[in-house]
Order: sequence, then C-alpha cells, then structure tokens
Amino acid sequence: MRRLRGKLSPYLLSLPSWVYLLMFFLIPLGSMLGMALATGDPLDGYTMSDNFQEFVDAFTNYQDTFYRSFWYGTASTVATLLLAYPVAYWIAFHAGRYKSSFLFLIMLPFFVSFVIRVEAWQFILADEGFIFGPLKSIGLLPQNFHVLSTQWAVIGGLVYNSFAYYVLPLYVVLEKIDRRLVRAANDLYASPPTAFVKIVLPLSAPGVFAGFLLVFVTNVGDFVNADILGGPGTYMIGNVIQDAFFVNQDYPMAAALSSMLMLMLMIAILLYSKAFGTDAIQEYAA
Amino acid sequence: MSSVTTLPATKAYSPSRVGERLLSFFTWAMIAYNMLPIAVMVVFSFNTAPNGHVALKWLGFTLDSYKHAFAIQDLTGALGNSLEVAAGSALISVILGTPLALALARYKFWGKTLTDIVIFADIAAPAVVVGASLLALFLTLNLPRGLLTIFIAHVAFNVAFAVVVIRARVSGLDRALDRAAADLGATPWVAFWTVVFPLILPGIIGAWLLCFMLSIDDLIITTFVAGQTLTFPLWVYGATKIGTPPQVFVLSTFVFIGGVLLALANAALSRKRESA
Repeated sequence: MRRLRGKLSPYLLSLPSWVYLLMFFLIPLGSMLGMALATGDPLDGYTMSDNFQEFVDAFTNYQDTFYRSFWYGTASTVATLLLAYPVAYWIAFHAGRYKSSFLFLIMLPFFVSFVIRVEAWQFILADEGFIFGPLKSIGLLPQNFHVLSTQWAVIGGLVYNSFAYYVLPLYVVLEKIDRRLVRAANDLYASPPTAFVKIVLPLSAPGVFAGFLLVFVTNVGDFVNADILGGPGTYMIGNVIQDAFFVNQDYPMAAALSSMLMLMLMIAILLYSKAFGTDAIQEYAA
Repeated sequence: MSSVTTLPATKAYSPSRVGERLLSFFTWAMIAYNMLPIAVMVVFSFNTAPNGHVALKWLGFTLDSYKHAFAIQDLTGALGNSLEVAAGSALISVILGTPLALALARYKFWGKTLTDIVIFADIAAPAVVVGASLLALFLTLNLPRGLLTIFIAHVAFNVAFAVVVIRARVSGLDRALDRAAADLGATPWVAFWTVVFPLILPGIIGAWLLCFMLSIDDLIITTFVAGQTLTFPLWVYGATKIGTPPQVFVLSTFVFIGGVLLALANAALSRKRESA
C-alpha cells in the first residue's frame, strides 16, 4: 500500500497543473492548428478540411511582415545581448556583496507597467519632446529629424523591454562559473581576454542561448512597441494577428499565422534541449 | 569568492584594471538607461496638464494630478480589476503549481521530461499565440469574454512561473528532514504541513509576488481575452491613441512605489529568517 502510494504520488501531485495546462494551454494550441486548417467564414460556420492553403496564403500575403518581424526580432535580440552581457558579467564577477542590490536595480522597470514604459519612450523620443525639441531649436538637429515611427524606435523599444530579461539568465550562468578556472588560466599566462574567450564565454553559452530564445520569441511576437513607437511601415506579425482577429475577423488566417509562430518556437526549443538538456532551461527562464 | 579580486597577482595586470573600470562605468550607464522611462513617468506626473492630457513639454510643477488621482472612474475601476485578477490568479497559480513543483523536484517519473518541456513552452510561448489560441477556445465554447476569461488566461501563463520558482526552493531542501518526520510517525500529509511547507513558504511567497507582477503587467494576452472589460494596461493602451491623462502616471507611480516597498520588505524578511 505504502509503496503504491509512493509510486503514484508524483502523478497525483502533477495532476491539477496538468489538467489546467491541458485545458487552457495545450488544447487551445491544438485547436488553433485545427482552425487554421478549417475553411469557411464567421457567418456560415467553419468546416474542417485538411488543406494547407491557409498556411501558404498566410505566408505569401504577409511575406514582408514576416521578414520585418524577423529582422526586428534578430536585431533587437543581438543588441540586447551585447548590452546585457557586460552588465551581467560585471555584476557576477565584480559587484561583490552588492550583487543583489544591482540585480534589484536591473529589475526595477518590472514595477512599472509594460505599456507605460513603452509610452515613456514615446515621450523621450517625441519629435518635439524634451530631448529632440531643445536640440532642434539650437540647431544641432535638422528640423525634420525624427526617430518615432521609424524602425529604430521600434527596435529601441524592444531592446529596452528585453534588457532585464536577458541580464538575469546571463547572470545565473556567469555566477556559477568556478573562479578558480579563471585564475588557473591566468597562472598559465593566459591574458585576461584569452581567459575570457576560452573559459568564461563557452561556460556561459547555455545562458546566452536560453536568453536568446526567450527574448527573440517575445520580440518577434510583440505588437505593442510597433504600435506605439512605430508607424505604418513598421507593422509586425503580431499586429497582423491582432488585426486578423479584431478587424478582419479572419480567424483561420490569424490561427495560421499564430501556428507558424508557435511552430518556429517549438523547433527552437527542441534544438535547445538537444544541445543543453531540459533541466537547466527552466532555471534561466524564471 | 570575493577574495579573488584582491589577490596581488591580479593587480599586476593593469589593462584588466582599466577594463574593470570601463565595465563598471558601462554598468552604471545601463542602469541609468534602465531607469530613464521610470524617471520620465514620475517627473511628468507632476507636469501641468492643461487639457487633461500629459504634455510632451514641461509646463510647470503641479500637484493637481495627485489631488485628483482617482478622478477618472473608468481608470480607477480598471486598476481595481487588475489588482483583483492579479491577486486571485497568483493565488490559484501557486496552489496549482506547488504540488507539481514538489513532484518535479523530488521524484523521477514517467513523463517528467515532457512536463519540463510543457512548462518551458508555457513560459516561452509568444504572448500573441497564447492570447489568440485562448480566444479561439473561448469563441468555440461560446464563453462570454470578461473578468473570468482574463482570470483563466492569467492562471494559464502564471502556473509555469510558479512551478519554476517553487521548484528551485524545494530542490534546496534536505530530504533528511521529512525522513526524520516519517521516522517520528508523521504521515506524509502531516510531514508536509509541519516540515516542508514552512520551509518552502518563502519560495511560495516569491512565486506569488512574481505571478502578481506578471499578471498586473500583462497587456498582450489580455487584449485577446478581455472583451469589453478593461484592466489597467488595457485602459492605458487605449489612451495612448488619444492622449494620456496625468492620472495614468500618478496611479502608475503609486503602483511602482507600492511594488518596490513590498519587494524590499520581502527581501528584508527572508534575510532575517535566514540569519535566524
């Protein structure tokens, strides 16, 4: 009896969450895939069919938007990595007993609503705002200079909002690196840059990739930065999905676009877990 | 660990000292950049707002917006909805997540890897996709969109975060403790509530706080499942198109200060508990 309970307990313990995630995460994802394959319209109802035409249409109609989203996603993620890595490195290796205080400073933006952070950037980058306004009036910038509604404003907004999300996983891996390895490298006459490239960088790879995955996926699917900071030329795939639901009510199209986004993510996750295993990945996520 | 940097050997490398200086300067610059939008929010909440919208230019200091902080009823109501959903969904997520965290941290079982992947997928899934798929589900079920559907959606993405945070705490526990409890005749149920639960409580509180923050902040998933109901981020998002009233910045400043105080109190408390 006792042994049986011991064997059953992990299943009983995981049951409530599994039921919930099945109902409100996995089944919706699956049914969305089904909806993408359905044909019909909101009035006559949908009939299931197994044509993949919707996927082909979704891609051909929104090819430019897909490419744009990928470009914004890649550019912003790489820029965030380049900004976040040195900060995470300095906190992990040199902040001493103030490590948690520095991490707290990095996480402060989380206490302000995401929309308001984006909106604050709208204020900062405004054509006649408190930065560009004075610069223009003293003639340092041409009158028609503007950042808002260009792709740089959108990418900048994405970088700002993912900065803290990238510092944290990087910090977690860097913190764990055994300092004796670095000292051993120095004793063996490796210069600090060589020691960094040969020891610290490879050991921090899991954090670099986990962060890349999280930030890239979030940024590719984002539509708020493009909406508030961008213009008509900065439409992203997230904007299209939102419009497909609320403006055009073309549910199969929205579902096809979302499924494609999700599929890419699943491939990325599988590749990651093949390379680094599944245990560690959650640690960096939270 | 911190003694490493004070070793005389490292002093000999003057280039690395310069590098360290540069790095520390860069870190501070990035922290300033990180804070800039927060500063803008707080400063502009004191800006004179002549026609009910926050002006882009500084028009003079005023406390008016603070005197009328709760004057916009819809906005205050939306903030109320947000607080309600955040507190409730965080609680349910923690209740659902704790048992799964225990299972993942303490047992090897069939389907563990799959569970790991599902939890990670839930964290990493693009918000548009989660929102769109839930809306598709609610449309199929004919479930009217409102506070309930927002609540369901928020639990759906918070559960995974709760599991990860609590699991980290459970992994740090010494299993000998509950074996000792069992040797003394405690049933697993009693052992859990008297031994394990008090020890993982800080993790559970931390998970609740994280879920609360994620929920109160969520815009993308909520836009899909909210229907006509407004949360604070939804209201603010709508207002960006027509001009933001200063009350948005005032209430957000309140939330910011409240959140920071809560986090500092939690940190101080857990430090006290650890040293005791």
